[in-house]
Amino acid sequence: MPEKTDEKVRMPLRDMPEKRASDSGPVAAARRYASARAGDAVFKGAAWFFAASVIALMLLIFAVLLKESWLSIKTFGLGFITSSTWDPVALEFGALPSIYGTLVSSAIAIIIALPISVGIAIFLTEMAPKRVSGPVGSAIELLASIPSIIYGMWGLFVFAPVLSEYVEPFLIDHLGFIPLFSGAPLGIGMLPAGFILAIMIIPFISSVTRDIFRMVPPMLKESGYGVGATKWEVIRKIVIPYTRSGIIGAVILGLGRALGETMAVTFLIGNAQNISISLLDPATSISATLANEFTEAFEDLYLSSLVELGLILFLITFVVLAIAKLLIARFSYQGGKF
Amino acid sequence: MDAAGARFIKRKLANYGALALSAASAAFGIFFLFWILKDVLVLGFSAINLDFFTRLPAPAGMEGGGLVNAIAGTFLITALATVIGVPAGIMAGTYLSEYGRKSRMASVVRFVSDILVSAPSIVVGVFVYALLVKPFGGFSAIAGAVALAIIMLPVVIRTAEEMLKLVPDATREAALALGAPHWKVTVHVVYRGAVRGIVTGVMLAVARVSGETAPLLFTSFNNSFWNFSLTEPTATLTVTIFNYAMGPYEDWHQKAWAAALLITAIVLLVNIISRIIVRGKAE
Repeated sequence: MPEKTDEKVRMPLRDMPEKRASDSGPVAAARRYASARAGDAVFKGAAWFFAASVIALMLLIFAVLLKESWLSIKTFGLGFITSSTWDPVALEFGALPSIYGTLVSSAIAIIIALPISVGIAIFLTEMAPKRVSGPVGSAIELLASIPSIIYGMWGLFVFAPVLSEYVEPFLIDHLGFIPLFSGAPLGIGMLPAGFILAIMIIPFISSVTRDIFRMVPPMLKESGYGVGATKWEVIRKIVIPYTRSGIIGAVILGLGRALGETMAVTFLIGNAQNISISLLDPATSISATLANEFTEAFEDLYLSSLVELGLILFLITFVVLAIAKLLIARFSYQGGKF
Repeated sequence: MDAAGARFIKRKLANYGALALSAASAAFGIFFLFWILKDVLVLGFSAINLDFFTRLPAPAGMEGGGLVNAIAGTFLITALATVIGVPAGIMAGTYLSEYGRKSRMASVVRFVSDILVSAPSIVVGVFVYALLVKPFGGFSAIAGAVALAIIMLPVVIRTAEEMLKLVPDATREAALALGAPHWKVTVHVVYRGAVRGIVTGVMLAVARVSGETAPLLFTSFNNSFWNFSLTEPTATLTVTIFNYAMGPYEDWHQKAWAAALLITAIVLLVNIISRIIVRGKAE
């Protein structure tokens, strides 16, 4: 998204219609008035129509997903989200492994991304001089524009071998006594997927956090420095408390991204329909299950179950994003009072 | 050393420690940006050649061939999505900035677009599959384009609104005072003032969807041959990367890296160019 700027806008009066002799007179004026009224009505109607169509689109997505997953909802009921059996051959479907994978991989991503994003925001707003923070900020934001398929492919061919060669054996040797880090160093699994997700959401969280940090009134920070606080003390005791709800909003926004991310996760999570306590084991997520199996689902019930997975994902992200939006909106309102 | 001095040193150390970690976080982000870009560049350039741009894919397992059909497919579907999504998005953005403003309807539209911006793109793929693929009996370029247009729509709406809002109300009032009808003021004065920002936003939205994969998997699907019909399955670079990278052949992996280089280069170039345009505007 382009940044807000305060450009002065030229007034292009040269394009206003020139007055001609035939345009004068009461009849012509009335005609012009009528056509202007008609033009206004048409234009406003079209604008309204497209705005309304956005709301209609949202409702339509819900309705269509609900209709297509009705067969699965009727067949499995609530058991769909509590069962961990996913057996296309026996046509028995339970979404628990997918839901678990989506939630756990996103949680890993947030745990890694939150401190790093806040660190980046501190670096950009409180430490770096302007000629450093500009390029560094842009570079971090460029991470967000790399397509997710590139993350996935790079993760599979470059990052996963590095993980299985160096990082995971280290984790297993030194932290293997914790069940989370037991198992074999495969390079693909829950932890690698969560890590790539973290890199993908860092630019989102850090850019929102940076913008929110910039809204802290300088007066507050200066009074901190005035009583002799160090930079870190000002950040920890003034900037972060002042922006807390905004940071939470930014994190939830990142969470919304992580939950729905498909390609990178599909490449790295291992696509195994099981729930394992170890983060190094292959797992699956809702989006990965959809990406892998959707075009192979020929039975109605199979397809319907996959659509229900999509509906669940849509509902989860809807709730998460709505919360994020409310938190960020509330913060920017408070900021406006100063 | 007295207690106050020790405390001072402790605070100083905590300060330097925290700031060092912040700088390290920024370094972490940049490190991964360059690591990814380096591999895409090196592996992509070693795999890209003239055949890649001019020839159809070789049969599975055979060496050689290119991805000209997927390149054309990506352009076709992205262009079609732009034609569908951009005018609709600009009109809805116009409603928000020129008519709805603080009305209830406008705030609902803003809320819904903000949700749709971050909605999982794979769900959009499932939705379009149920809407356009299943009832009409097959994967098609048009279904892929509709899926991408849905992803593009909320981005364009919010950018258009932001940019139109930058045009000061005094400008609108000046034109209205001359007797120009509202719609003419919008088209000739407000759009004119915001055109640079809107074009930049549209470019970013187009770049973003051209790199999308998930919504195309079940809509435009894939195709190993030329396809000029909008109602047939159509290959795109991103879906081809997915299939080739997951596939067993080394030659496929090479092609996937070449395709990755092409799509990354396009997306990053558009991003960098629009950043420069926006920055030039700010100064």
